[in-house]
Amino acid sequence: MSAILECSGLTKQFGKKEALSEVNLKVERGQIVGLLGPNGSGKSTLIKLANELLTPTNGTILIGGKKPGVDTKKIVSYLPERTYLNDWMRVNQLIEMFSDFYENFNPEKAYDMLKSLKINPEDRLKTMSKGTKEKVQLILVMSREAELYLLDEPIGGVDPAARDYILQTILRNYNEKATVIISTHLISDIENILDYVIFINQGQVVLTSSVDDIRDEKGKSVDSLFREVFKC
Amino acid sequence: MPWELKNDRPIYTQLIEQIELMIFSGVYPPGSKLPSVRDMAQEAAVNPNTMQRALAKMEDDGLIITHRTSGRSITEDARMIEKAKTKLAQEQISDFLEKMQLMGFEQKEILTIIDNMVKEMKK
Repeated sequence: MSAILECSGLTKQFGKKEALSEVNLKVERGQIVGLLGPNGSGKSTLIKLANELLTPTNGTILIGGKKPGVDTKKIVSYLPERTYLNDWMRVNQLIEMFSDFYENFNPEKAYDMLKSLKINPEDRLKTMSKGTKEKVQLILVMSREAELYLLDEPIGGVDPAARDYILQTILRNYNEKATVIISTHLISDIENILDYVIFINQGQVVLTSSVDDIRDEKGKSVDSLFREVFKC
Repeated sequence: MPWELKNDRPIYTQLIEQIELMIFSGVYPPGSKLPSVRDMAQEAAVNPNTMQRALAKMEDDGLIITHRTSGRSITEDARMIEKAKTKLAQEQISDFLEKMQLMGFEQKEILTIIDNMVKEMKK
């Protein structure tokens, strides 16, 4: 089977500004991958390219061997950094909409998770706090049986206790063949669940390694390595 | 038992140590069945692949036996467990001795201190 995500010479320019330049990257199936980099390093650009929200200026990006499009969207579940859901909708209406949209959406899973996070499915999005909205979105995204989950800053706005629950949710809901790519800068919170990390800076991949290799070879956590590599 | 994972060492080696401790302390007695990889990973809040790696290593070491259909269990071979236990003790002691040497203690002094402390404890 082909790699779930493969970039070669991937470049994206916004006008004169280069957001990604000549990125070569291969992500295998069955892993949880951290896409780590400081603000403005190109994390979201890469994720948006994988979703066809942006198109490459140069080079290619392939999802399971295919260019991003209708076919790849069936297998990719995407959590954007900003919400796009209509906030007048109730959670159960959103679940219905997702069931309509995606063949691989599992409403039972969604209701289960809502229950354990004590979110009322009758509530409208606009009555919820920022953190709760984020939880609802993540529940919707993780309730799909996808092959690739792209989570753009999934834990930024929630409290540490909910963060733990969310990480548990990710661990519980991804199957062995699926890949989860999590972009974040809250590294210490997630590094225990990562197989693999990609460090990205100023549009370029500066390091790819397994988490245990980093600890083995450098004797330090991914978090401290990050602080060292990206020292201001 | 809560899982405590430190940041500066590979996660799978720490998982091995903690599972070994659970075997030695009788949480998982010889011959008992282990939970599934997934359940153990969730309990420790780590990636299932990492837990898998730890268990595979323990299998290589002969502490864990994998059955084709019914998951994993702890070995019934008491000698195997005793051997692993001694190895762990040796590692701990050599760490300790290293630290004591750094503090400038001679071997004899270290033994005297230990001796005295053991006597204290007996009282």
